Amino acid sequence: MPGSITDVSVSLPSLDAIIRALTLRAGYNSAVVVISASLLGLAGGAIGTLTLLRKRALIGDALAHAALPGLATAFLAASAIGANPRSLPILLGGALVSGVLAGLAVLLIRMHGRLREDAAIGVVLSVFFGAGIVLLSAIQSLRHANVAGLSHFIYGQTAAMNRSDAVLIGAIAVVAFGAAVLLFKEFRVVCFDDRFAAAIGLNVGLIDLLMLALIVAVIIIGLQAVGIILVVALLIIPAAAARFWTDRMGGMFALSAVLGALSGYFGAVASSLLPRLPAGAVIVLTSGMLFVMSMLIAPRRGVAASALRMLGLRARIACEHFLRGAYEALEADGDLRAGSAVRLDRIGAARGWSSPMRAMVGRLLQSRGLIVPVKAGGARAWALTERGLTESARLVRNHRLWEEYVTTHSSVAASHADFSADRVEHALSEDIIKELELELRRRGELPDEPVERVPASIHTIGPASKAG
Amino acid sequence: MTPRTGRATLAARPEHSASSPLSIHDVTVAYHRKPVLWDIDYDAPAASLTAIVGPNGSGKSTLIKACLGLVPLVSGTIEIFGAPGRTQRRLVGYLPQRESVDWDFPVSALEVVAMGRYARIGWCRPVTKAHRQAALGFLAQVGMEEYADRQIAQLSGGQQQRVFLARALAQEARLYFMDEPFAGVDAATERAIIDVLRALKAAGCTVICVHHDLQTVPEYFDHVLLLNARVIASGPVKETFTRENLQRTYGGRLTLLEAAAQAVAARR
Repeated sequence: MPGSITDVSVSLPSLDAIIRALTLRAGYNSAVVVISASLLGLAGGAIGTLTLLRKRALIGDALAHAALPGLATAFLAASAIGANPRSLPILLGGALVSGVLAGLAVLLIRMHGRLREDAAIGVVLSVFFGAGIVLLSAIQSLRHANVAGLSHFIYGQTAAMNRSDAVLIGAIAVVAFGAAVLLFKEFRVVCFDDRFAAAIGLNVGLIDLLMLALIVAVIIIGLQAVGIILVVALLIIPAAAARFWTDRMGGMFALSAVLGALSGYFGAVASSLLPRLPAGAVIVLTSGMLFVMSMLIAPRRGVAASALRMLGLRARIACEHFLRGAYEALEADGDLRAGSAVRLDRIGAARGWSSPMRAMVGRLLQSRGLIVPVKAGGARAWALTERGLTESARLVRNHRLWEEYVTTHSSVAASHADFSADRVEHALSEDIIKELELELRRRGELPDEPVERVPASIHTIGPASKAG
Repeated sequence: MTPRTGRATLAARPEHSASSPLSIHDVTVAYHRKPVLWDIDYDAPAASLTAIVGPNGSGKSTLIKACLGLVPLVSGTIEIFGAPGRTQRRLVGYLPQRESVDWDFPVSALEVVAMGRYARIGWCRPVTKAHRQAALGFLAQVGMEEYADRQIAQLSGGQQQRVFLARALAQEARLYFMDEPFAGVDAATERAIIDVLRALKAAGCTVICVHHDLQTVPEYFDHVLLLNARVIASGPVKETFTRENLQRTYGGRLTLLEAAAQAVAARR
């Protein structure tokens, strides 16, 4: 039995009850409600993808808030004419009417009030919601009216949903989802490039209107389960979570539908086990958790994956710096051959590496077979192998080519060339470098040397890189 | 041409030709009451490559958008292959300017090209394997078939431009509008694009490009339209791309004139 919203005392259900609820065996009503909430989440997630990519999320929120006066008015009107004021179709009909009026109000304000869309939406959203609150408290003062059902529309309450309501909501959700699937390619081209869509003859205005109708549908049917304040989350969170996992709109659409359905499912199950828990909040928290997980662990776009990539990049750059430093140190000593000792810590100090970084560079290069440990005058040192020598020669050649190019073509002073060249070199791939060499050779600006020979450095090399 | 609703088409007028793929008659376009295009009269020649040149703000992009029905006309009419523009969208291809794309959008190169086929596929029908194969073919025409599955942000600037060109080709049109197709692309892409344009012309299509680089106009295009809110001159490059016409188009901007003078002198 739904009690006051502020009463949060919960009696924990037994494991048996939990399993029954999860497998839809806790009673027919409960099962229908859970299925309905899952379908709602499915539609919300799918249409949320469109909303997010078309950047229309704010409109969903405005519609939800603007529905309140419509709900209250429908309640009053139904009571006045003797119909059932709790009937969901009547209430949602009222919500729809005031939502549409709010939309028209936004349009009017934009056309005549010279306000941008977000400001117009903010104005309408707040004014309608405020009017709704006033109506709600006016209704509460009428002694014969029981408004407990109405205030649930603000926070959401699936436990109060009866079977026919659940069927209505589920059916509309399925239809909305089906329409989104049917019109997917039209929505995709309009979301991506509406100017091109217009140019190829698509009716962009109509497609936008259909998308808006789908948003309206999800918001209106979500009002009872999730409540005015949170229903926009049905559209936004699953889609935002899905974005981390895929680079295809089709994949995002499908995944956000699944994530939305899961959120609806768990939210409704939790609400059936703990009736005082506002279902809307649980649904949103579930999808929020899925979002945070996606943000952290998704491959490629997730936080963890990005951090690993960054670490890998820095390690690779540090290894290249060591190889170049080793080559230049040996070159300065006139001792360019495999097996000559180079002090890693001196180069590391010049580069400002921490000792974990130095250790990692040493391990990485050793595992690639480019350096081997040697003893040099009692101290530990490294020496380049044959492959290491070749690789470091290649790196130094690239680097000096860039120094020359950057100096002669980009008006960069010679002493600054090192740092600029570093960035360019790490950003360019092998084939672009080859193209550059060809271009410089064609203009007669690259000495025609065989690959093994390295041009002299154009600036003095610091003493820190010398070995011994 | 049979007249529609009693109003004679432009072809009946002496200054426009019945065989022209694009007839612009007395068109004026204004943004916020400021005139951008003024009294434009123009017939594009069939099976040709035409450059639209003019200073910044001269209405070049606006003219293309007007032909595509993307901006409203204050006055005048535009006909494409003898009928009002909006009934002829199937025959018109479009390559827009590159900057206004959302590169982070979850879409691959192949999916972008497939969008060029959507008008043919029709409402509510899915994109089938056959459509994707066709799109792959158009990607191959611009040398991008290996990148079909890449998300568009993972492509370089020139590669992105080629993908959008493939999308325009996928429309299989007879008249193409391209807005600065060569802007900001590398040399290899520029060569690839001009090869595609020449192939289009050889196939009998008409291509009209807003072009920013005066140096390359005589090399790439056979016709030119000099625009500065009004039509300054139009016609074959040899006769129309003259120092005098360029001076009238660009007004008193010296540095641009130097480049233009050099371009003209180099071709003599």
